[in-house]
Amino acid sequence: MTPNLSTNIGGIQMKNPVMTASGTFGYGPEYAELVDLNQLGAIVVKGICLNETKGNQTPRTAEAASGLLNAIGLPGPGVAGFVREYMPFLRQYDVPVIVNIWGKTIEEYVEVAARFDSIPGVAGLEVNVSCPNIKEGSALFGTDLKMFERVVKAIRNATRLPLMPKLAPNVADIAEYARCAEACGADAISLINSFPAMSVNIETRRPMLANKTGGLSGPAIKPIALRLVWLAAQAVKIPVVGMGGIASAEDALEFLMVGARAVAVGTASFIHPDTALKVVRGIEQFLAEKNLATVADWVGAFDP
Amino acid sequence: MQLEQAIVISQQPIQGGYSLLHLRSPGIASQVRPGQFVHIKIPRLEECVLRRPFSVFRADGDTLTILYKHVGRGTRGLKDTKLGETLSLIGPLGHGFPSPQKDCFPILVAGGYGMAALYLVAKQSPVKGIAFFGGRSAQDILCVPDFEALGWTVRVATEDGSLGQQGLVTALLDDWLERERTNETPEFFVCGPSGMLKAVASRAIARAWTAWTSVDNNMGCGVGACLTCVLKVKSGEDWTWARACKEGPVFNAADILWEEIE
Ligand SMILES: Cc1cc2nc3c(=O)[nH]c(=O)nc-3n(C[C@H](O)[C@H](O)[C@H](O)COP(=O)(O)OP(=O)(O)OC[C@H]3O[C@@H](n4cnc5c(N)ncnc54)[C@H](O)[C@@H]3O)c2cc1C
Ligand SMILES: Cc1cc2nc3c(=O)[nH]c(=O)nc-3n(C[C@H](O)[C@H](O)[C@H](O)COP(=O)(O)O)c2cc1C
Ligand code: FES
Repeated sequence: MTPNLSTNIGGIQMKNPVMTASGTFGYGPEYAELVDLNQLGAIVVKGICLNETKGNQTPRTAEAASGLLNAIGLPGPGVAGFVREYMPFLRQYDVPVIVNIWGKTIEEYVEVAARFDSIPGVAGLEVNVSCPNIKEGSALFGTDLKMFERVVKAIRNATRLPLMPKLAPNVADIAEYARCAEACGADAISLINSFPAMSVNIETRRPMLANKTGGLSGPAIKPIALRLVWLAAQAVKIPVVGMGGIASAEDALEFLMVGARAVAVGTASFIHPDTALKVVRGIEQFLAEKNLATVADWVGAFDP
Repeated sequence: MQLEQAIVISQQPIQGGYSLLHLRSPGIASQVRPGQFVHIKIPRLEECVLRRPFSVFRADGDTLTILYKHVGRGTRGLKDTKLGETLSLIGPLGHGFPSPQKDCFPILVAGGYGMAALYLVAKQSPVKGIAFFGGRSAQDILCVPDFEALGWTVRVATEDGSLGQQGLVTALLDDWLERERTNETPEFFVCGPSGMLKAVASRAIARAWTAWTSVDNNMGCGVGACLTCVLKVKSGEDWTWARACKEGPVFNAADILWEEIE
């Protein structure tokens, strides 16, 4: 018996519970020669904001022990550029496309979300809140509960698409953010974004990143992510998409076991572009071995 | 571009902390063009989350050769690979060197392992030209016989004077341009440290000669997805980022914002 891997994330119907993490898989075409995109559960594209942006100066990434620091700074083609350059390509595939959106102000988030509402081929929106509100004191939307609530509510009113806020990991109480997203009408939540971190060079006395600090991702953050996903999943009824350091089917099964209904593969795609597909096959094999008919039978199987 | 499991067929330390690695990699070897690179997963280095990029030095039949310098964990790990071991490669990657123009005189300029990126240019060139190789000492001057065997002239400069003319390779190049250049228009193919690229680029640009420069930016994904490897290039009156792994690593020197490169 082949286990049924299909899963539904807040209205987004997926063949399997494995998506790509935003910013680690480009906009789709970059990996298409190496990976059969049709076999992915969903593609989450690099963050898009209203207008074209250039992002940070270089160096933008640095390796850390079992991890990667990045401060790419969200460069991108803007909504119109993305829709023109990448949507025709993405529409050729039988895979849900989730657009990761961000903004510098609440108004900008709202406008980006509203614009995607009428774009054919967009299955849902993931909202990156790990960026500063430049209009109001530069606090991150994702680490100030009031601002988080305002931005999620405002976006909810602007779109009918499935909406998935992506939680920042560096908050005191992740459950609060998860519940807030649910109360504002989000259809799902995803977590975690990369963890604020830095690395320096003792010879040059300089930071390793032009931006001085960045976000840590990769296997180094997996135990942190797993705990936060576990806490968030207990706090809400809407589906949770877990990510942070997933590099194998076993890693993904851990996230599903603590309550995630889908997972995303990020940094691991850089070293093995086919990681997401291997994770899909490994989950399928594991479920078959355990005589589980569906992936839903494994979600939340944790016995604390 | 493909993912290929390549097999180590020989590993050859050459001199001064450089090695040659011969790999059976039929898929990539048959596709690679001059100046392209492969992205290698270093075995056993599980704490490193990135691959390491290396130019393809030679491609003969189903075999690829990498010429590399031992600089850190990854390159040391590459040195420890065993005969018969498989290595995961992604390649061929990037936009390499164009074929030298028939009505120009091709000039290669390289520093250290930069020579590796230029061998296939020399091999596939319709015209035999001259190569200027530079380095700190004789230890950094690599594979001169390979280029001579193709019928190219090789001139060498070392900073400590242990081989060839003492000084920078650009001084050697200047002497040649001044005294020995014929009437043909030079076309440059350059790979090496950024200071050297910049110096050759400024000479070429000042005289409206074409220079193709291969940049050595740090890379993440190697396929255009992560936006790690970017550099500033001209775009009308403005500038834009170009990805060294995709639009590069070879750029027309006239397009690069050299003042932004350290
Ligand atoms: C297109 C391209 C072609 C190259 N071709 C060759 C070649 O033919 N032969 C050769 O010896 N080297 C080549 N390099 C450089 C080679 O990739 C680096 O020396 C190697 O990644 C260092 O890895 P490491 O773990 O040994 O060093 P680390 O311990 O990681 O660092 C040592 C040094 O390597 C540089 N470096 C670190 N990470 C990267 C990275 N991801 N990308 C590039 N540089 C990095 C750092 O700036 C540092 O100075 C090429 C680089 C590029 C971008
Ligand atoms: C190079 C890079 C770029 C990223 N860009 C984005 C982005 O544009 N938007 C976003 O929400 N998250 C972005 N992320 C975060 C990832 O989507 C993911 O949340 C994080 O890396 C943790 O997962 P991982 O450990 O599997 O990589 C980026 C991560 C990396 C490494
Ligand atoms: S290395 Fe990732 S975009 Fe060039």
